[in-house]
Amino acid sequence: MRKCYFDHVATNPLDSRVLDEMMPYFKEEFGNPLSMYELGSKAKEAIDNARGQVASLIGSKASEIVFTASGAEANNFALRGIALARQNEGKHAIVSKMEHHSILNSARFLEKMGFVVTYLPVDKHGVVDPDTVKKAIIKETTLISVTHASSEVGTIEPIKEIAAIAREKKIIFHTDAVATAGNIPIDIKDLGVDLLSMAAHQFYGPKGAGALYVREGLRIVPLIYGGIQENGRRAGTENVPAIAGMGKAAELAVNEMNSRIEHGRRLRDKLLKIKSSAENVHLTGHPENRLPGHASFCVEFIEGEAMLLLLSAKGVYAASGSACSSKALKASPVLLSMGIPSGLAQGSIVFTLGKDNTDDDIEYLLAEFPQVIKRLREISPYGKGWGIEGEGGQCTVQK
Amino acid sequence: MYSAKVMDHFSNPRNVGDMPDADGVGTEGNPTCGDVMQIFIKVKDGKIVDAKFKTFGCGAAIAVSSMITELVKGKTLEEALAISKETVANELGGLPAQKMHCSNLGADALKKAIEDYRSKNKT
Repeated sequence: MRKCYFDHVATNPLDSRVLDEMMPYFKEEFGNPLSMYELGSKAKEAIDNARGQVASLIGSKASEIVFTASGAEANNFALRGIALARQNEGKHAIVSKMEHHSILNSARFLEKMGFVVTYLPVDKHGVVDPDTVKKAIIKETTLISVTHASSEVGTIEPIKEIAAIAREKKIIFHTDAVATAGNIPIDIKDLGVDLLSMAAHQFYGPKGAGALYVREGLRIVPLIYGGIQENGRRAGTENVPAIAGMGKAAELAVNEMNSRIEHGRRLRDKLLKIKSSAENVHLTGHPENRLPGHASFCVEFIEGEAMLLLLSAKGVYAASGSACSSKALKASPVLLSMGIPSGLAQGSIVFTLGKDNTDDDIEYLLAEFPQVIKRLREISPYGKGWGIEGEGGQCTVQK
Repeated sequence: MYSAKVMDHFSNPRNVGDMPDADGVGTEGNPTCGDVMQIFIKVKDGKIVDAKFKTFGCGAAIAVSSMITELVKGKTLEEALAISKETVANELGGLPAQKMHCSNLGADALKKAIEDYRSKNKT
């Protein structure tokens, strides 16, 4: 049976060239980068090299990159680290409703610590209006965090505009770029952000490696205390193989970015044709300004987990923001914040394509997916009267 | 995460469909939470002679609906009312803990269908 991996927002397969780069640091080059002898300096070289490669990915200085163990850690570090470092200037932070749990739950932690957090609304495409940011700013605001792009609906946010507003008010601005770093070009100077989070496994690197860009001169309180690793900003003996892998993955992403984007866009546009072969299927997120390989939908009258199970039986791996498919049993807050009715949000399905997907993969999906929809609709008590707006989600059972 | 029995009833659900001449209809659940179950029963001489369902929901919800329509056929109304959520889950070889409450709506929908039948056939 054909296997089609369409869940690149969950994680990417490790590029074999990246694995080759990592292997020596699991084996012969096992040294601790802090050690004085050659084994240690080899490991330190690997980290220095990777720091330069990751810096090149976003156009920063190597010294502005702090390695972490994940994108989630980078997000926790940014929010907590800046809020605490500047708490004497104010205890108000602004985040958007499009954020990943690692931002939202960090914001909730800050609320428990006595901070006040404003959650920015979004429009029906999931776009944060820079004007709402301007209006949310108060004298005590020290930090704003808005994601570069949503992994759930693919929408790319107007980060440059929001960062400019923050800079003008002397507020620190962070963006979660886990979905974009290594996937679309990022020029940190052009973007104008103070902090930016990345995760290696989102661009064919290993899990267990992430990074936070921290603009030179910015004061930030560490998340992990201990030794002097990462200039005292992140203690703990470095995960040398993973960091070396992140560096290599960043280098490959720089070299291959244009062709990967072109490939992702082309296949995605082909996949979007699903809307013409199945009725009552709605694209979620921004129709144009979205991640290259990202196609997300809400399918009326049926539920996401059931779709995932039937697709998986056909060798197709995708994701959903439905309540039943989440461990928390809650529909995706991102979909609800975009005004998608809660019933329709249960029909969420997300296909995210990668560099190794082929035209044949897409054709297979285009042939199989409408059958899955048809089969579940035959079981469903609903059949009409929904839609993405208006009456949708009232979910009256058709008699 | 699901038992083989759940996957079987999800992949090949029994008794799917509408029943225009149903003697009792019961609907339970809410699409906001993710699952809605509709059960139709046909009753003759105090026994359930046929049952069908329509379900909006996850794999567990569909498997539960399929299983309960199988379980009730041939049972008296009293016997059918004795079917609990636990009975259905056990017959399916168990359900994941987080699915026990929100997706295991079959017994409740069945109760409503029987109540519906009884309210229409008061003697």
